[in-house]
Amino acid sequence: MAAAAAGAGSGPWAAQEKQFPPALLSFFIYNPRFGPREGQEENKILFYHPNEVEKNEKIRNVGLCEAIVQFTRTFSPSKPAKSLHTQKNRQFFNEPEENFWMVMVVRNPIIEKQSKDGKPVIEYQEEELLDKVYSSVLRQCYSMYKLFNGTFLKAMEDGGVKLLKERLEKFFHRYLQTLHLQSCDLLDIFGGISFFPLDKMTYLKIQSFINRMEESLNIVKYTAFLYNDQLIWSGLEQDDMRILYKYLTTSLFPRHIEPELAGRDSPIRAEMPGNLQHYGRFLTGPLNLNDPDAKCRFPKIFVNTDDTYEELHLIVYKAMSAAVCFMIDGGPVKFSFEYCCSASHSKMNLTGIFCHDLPASVHPTLDFCRRLDSIVGPQLTVLASDICEQFNINKRMSGSEKEPQFKFIYFNHMNLAEKSTVHMRKTPSVSLTSVHPDLMKILGDINSDFTRVDEDEEIIVKAMSDYWVVGKKSDRRELYVILNQKNANLIEVNEEVKKLCATQFNNIFFLD
Amino acid sequence: MGEEDYYLELCERPVQFEKANPVNCVFFDEANKQVFAVRSGGATGVVVKGPDDRNPISFRMDDKGEVKCIKFSLENKILAVQRTSKTVDFCNFIPDNSQLEYTQECKTKNANILGFCWTSSTEIVFITDQGIEFYQVLPEKRSLKLLKSHNLNVNWYMYCPESAVILLSTTVLENVLQPFHFRAGTMSKLPKFEIELPAAPKSTKPSLSERDIAMATIYGQLYVLFLRHHSRTSNSTGAEVVLYHLPREGACKKMHILKLNRTGKFALNVVDNLVVVHHQDTETSVIFDIKLRGEFDGSVTFHHPVLPARSIQPYQIPITGPAAVTSQSPVPCKLYSSSWIVFQPDIIISASQGYLWNLQVKLEPIVNLLPDKGRLMDFLLQRKECKMVILSVCSQMLSESDRASLPVIATVFDKLNHEYKKYLDAEQSYAMAVEAGQSRSSPLLKRPVRTQAVLDQSDVYTHVLSAFVEKKMPHKFVIAVLMEYIRSLNQFQIAVQHYLHELVIKTLVQHNLFYMLHQFLQYHVLSDSKPLACLLLSLESFYPPAHQLSLDMLKRLSTANDEIVEVLLSKHQVLAALRFIRGIGGHDNISARKFLDAAKQTEDNMLFYTIFRFFEQRNQRLRGSPNFTPGEHCEEHVAFFKQIFGDQALMRPTTF
Repeated sequence: MAAAAAGAGSGPWAAQEKQFPPALLSFFIYNPRFGPREGQEENKILFYHPNEVEKNEKIRNVGLCEAIVQFTRTFSPSKPAKSLHTQKNRQFFNEPEENFWMVMVVRNPIIEKQSKDGKPVIEYQEEELLDKVYSSVLRQCYSMYKLFNGTFLKAMEDGGVKLLKERLEKFFHRYLQTLHLQSCDLLDIFGGISFFPLDKMTYLKIQSFINRMEESLNIVKYTAFLYNDQLIWSGLEQDDMRILYKYLTTSLFPRHIEPELAGRDSPIRAEMPGNLQHYGRFLTGPLNLNDPDAKCRFPKIFVNTDDTYEELHLIVYKAMSAAVCFMIDGGPVKFSFEYCCSASHSKMNLTGIFCHDLPASVHPTLDFCRRLDSIVGPQLTVLASDICEQFNINKRMSGSEKEPQFKFIYFNHMNLAEKSTVHMRKTPSVSLTSVHPDLMKILGDINSDFTRVDEDEEIIVKAMSDYWVVGKKSDRRELYVILNQKNANLIEVNEEVKKLCATQFNNIFFLD
Repeated sequence: MGEEDYYLELCERPVQFEKANPVNCVFFDEANKQVFAVRSGGATGVVVKGPDDRNPISFRMDDKGEVKCIKFSLENKILAVQRTSKTVDFCNFIPDNSQLEYTQECKTKNANILGFCWTSSTEIVFITDQGIEFYQVLPEKRSLKLLKSHNLNVNWYMYCPESAVILLSTTVLENVLQPFHFRAGTMSKLPKFEIELPAAPKSTKPSLSERDIAMATIYGQLYVLFLRHHSRTSNSTGAEVVLYHLPREGACKKMHILKLNRTGKFALNVVDNLVVVHHQDTETSVIFDIKLRGEFDGSVTFHHPVLPARSIQPYQIPITGPAAVTSQSPVPCKLYSSSWIVFQPDIIISASQGYLWNLQVKLEPIVNLLPDKGRLMDFLLQRKECKMVILSVCSQMLSESDRASLPVIATVFDKLNHEYKKYLDAEQSYAMAVEAGQSRSSPLLKRPVRTQAVLDQSDVYTHVLSAFVEKKMPHKFVIAVLMEYIRSLNQFQIAVQHYLHELVIKTLVQHNLFYMLHQFLQYHVLSDSKPLACLLLSLESFYPPAHQLSLDMLKRLSTANDEIVEVLLSKHQVLAALRFIRGIGGHDNISARKFLDAAKQTEDNMLFYTIFRFFEQRNQRLRGSPNFTPGEHCEEHVAFFKQIFGDQALMRPTTF
């Protein structure tokens, strides 16, 4: 692992210091019921990363976790242990389904100092990691797995432990590589959704578009609409949308930015007569509709798993900055004339790194994809430019884009709406923040304080180097403001935040 | 052909008159729409029947020779009878005026009177073969005064009473038409124009026949309709109707061509701004609507029949008198009979049978004959009696069996709202003009007329949407339709009524689609209002975020601060309520008792202490003493405070 440059270090020893960010040590999933007797311990383990670890060590580590959870349960039967702090690392426990345990072990950040005699001294920073952040990351791992694979229990029903293990291996093998533990922060706790601000009329046009598309493509069950990686409409329920949004914005969209920048996002099929020029293309599914052998494989997703347990094909189609997700019935039982049986086992690269290909499953045909393209493409192209135009008008009206004196993070638990001026655009690898990690940690601490009580609160922290951090909680909303004002006092900071609320949040009930 | 297929019908109660026969002459006056039955030159009686007056006028006059033309002036004041080619006789029908006849000879020497037209109750125009003469009748003096005259050779003439325009045919080919307009004692000559005659074989002399010309007002504009039997421009042999627009000012212009695609004998009517063309050979009729989109070639618009050709609905001659008693079956009337005479705009007369009908358009059958819903709406919105039919079309397109696609539904809504918005705008500018103090009598300031084509939200809600949401339709479709209607209203910048929003919410709640509702509210698709906020509050037990949504909405309304306080107090958020009211500067006027009550209910003593102390301080600040006044009714709370915290905890008045 490469050492991250220590930009924030200070003091005469800075040059000699090396910092190592937190890192994933291991990640495993087990079910104690699968190997209750001695000698069968190995059966408990459903997935273990890194796989190279020696078998007995795996068994030992799983056993230890099991013991900790069992032991602590006696003190708190309803709330079993969530994490274990040690000098070198932290372990996070999560039981997403009954008796299925997921454990993530994260190494604490390290500072390597040169001692006077030149020998490196390693110092573990035990208090740096925030439990809530990494517990959220662990829960997200499960949600993401479930989105593309369904529940553990479902895999057990479908093909026993063998199938479950296969699925876990296939999914987590790739997914764990995309965890960037060093850049996890408050936003991972929220798991929020960024909504695209839009005027009523344009919003209604989008509604109208979605309804028309669902009508003419009659097999669409749910639709989601995004612009600029921000959500505008979700036909899915909130919790499912939350994880799908995470997948789209951190995985699928970023992977397609490059071809867009390379100019491959130009109007295609212009040469075909009778086809309106448009910029629409599939982000999942066939790359080239003119290729008769194009594979129409779409990732499968599983939603409403607590209730109706629906299996859907995820079609993501994009024109310029507007992306629309059509989710169509993908259940093996229901068979529509729109589908054909695809017996092909060939691997599709496009469907995404998290998704597995089910052999011999039902899929939409190429004809369907062409029809979708011809119907959706032109309309989505027009809509996308409408939105863009409207967006620019609104931006102009909201006045000059002066760099404000503050940065903030807002989150509303009720609709998962999230807004951050702290974070730069997310990339597939890291989420970049524009503030010092220490400040981010203060935000996390304030959040932990908020979690402890139900009532509305306000916390103001004076951080080092002229920074003030303000946390406000009102009803189910949280607002974190970072101010950088030299020599400001508490009253002035309070006034600043009031002003911010009046300008940014004047249309919601947010107590001063 | 089912009965529902006929879209034209004769009116139910025709004007009935004595059939024409050798001793009974029948005349029709287009101005008053009266039928004159003149027996034996009037000696044995004249019976005049109009469409409105069921009481016919009967009188006798001396038989002074064959009657060529007989007409009442407007309001039946003066009767004019033409018996010779040089003179017209007059007879006053005004009480207290002499009923002795008086006579006027045409002024132009050697001229023959072709006919005459009344242009008001006392003004008359003589049309002679050498020009026109415009007279004022002086009934008291029993004489006429020539107001104006104009000389030109006249072949024949035509009069359109609605617009008071007389058209004179001049030149050898008869195809140069000279219009005159009459108004309050003035006669003005309008620019003449030429009707292009179709190419005819050299042997026959082409000429414009009076029979092929009609004048009618369509959509408020006067048109000269020319029935051209052979198309001049195209190779098609079908006949066509050419519409020349005759404006009040400016030259006459060829505007529309109605393609008939058939040949033979035709007759024209204009009903409800539709041009009806009857075809005798096939005994069918077609209708044209010049407001519907046609093919524009740069100068003229070509139109095709709106609907397939249909016969006028079969008509049974009502049996009167003793025949009805014998339960004799009614006699079917021969339609498209050669004895029919057609007058503008909508009159059909059968002189041999003694009937005058008004032709009517039936809208219901058209709904099924015009599959293109957009075109159907364009058509219906222009009709007088369209409201209920349009509403039924809307209901039909949302019904299970005849469900239209969303783009079609959107088109229909857009067309309705376009009309609705036009009316709202007219209303608004009228209201503004009135407010600005413009005189009510100003001719420019007219209160806009609300036609049946104006279908507002309450119409659509009452007759279409409220019933629609009750049906067992897929909820996706129901919501899509409601959103489409709201989208259309917004597109035309019409404020959406709250009951439509409530309908959306009701439907979403019924199907547990709270997250959808949340998103709609998030984007302010459902406009803020107190009733809506209250509705949301009531949903909190089903969907907890509704509470937040409701509070946000109340906040945005900025007139609902009392409600916000009530909501917070009901949730025992006493401190939040107090902070809120202080934030908006209203804390000096609130009832201490209300807050103390709420604080006590929380059973949180520290909270009670805080609230109590706040009001003590308020008392101190406002009245110089921390004590509560008797009017505040807080004795109970003071006692409670003492009981918990002791007497010494009470705030002491600041003394010096």
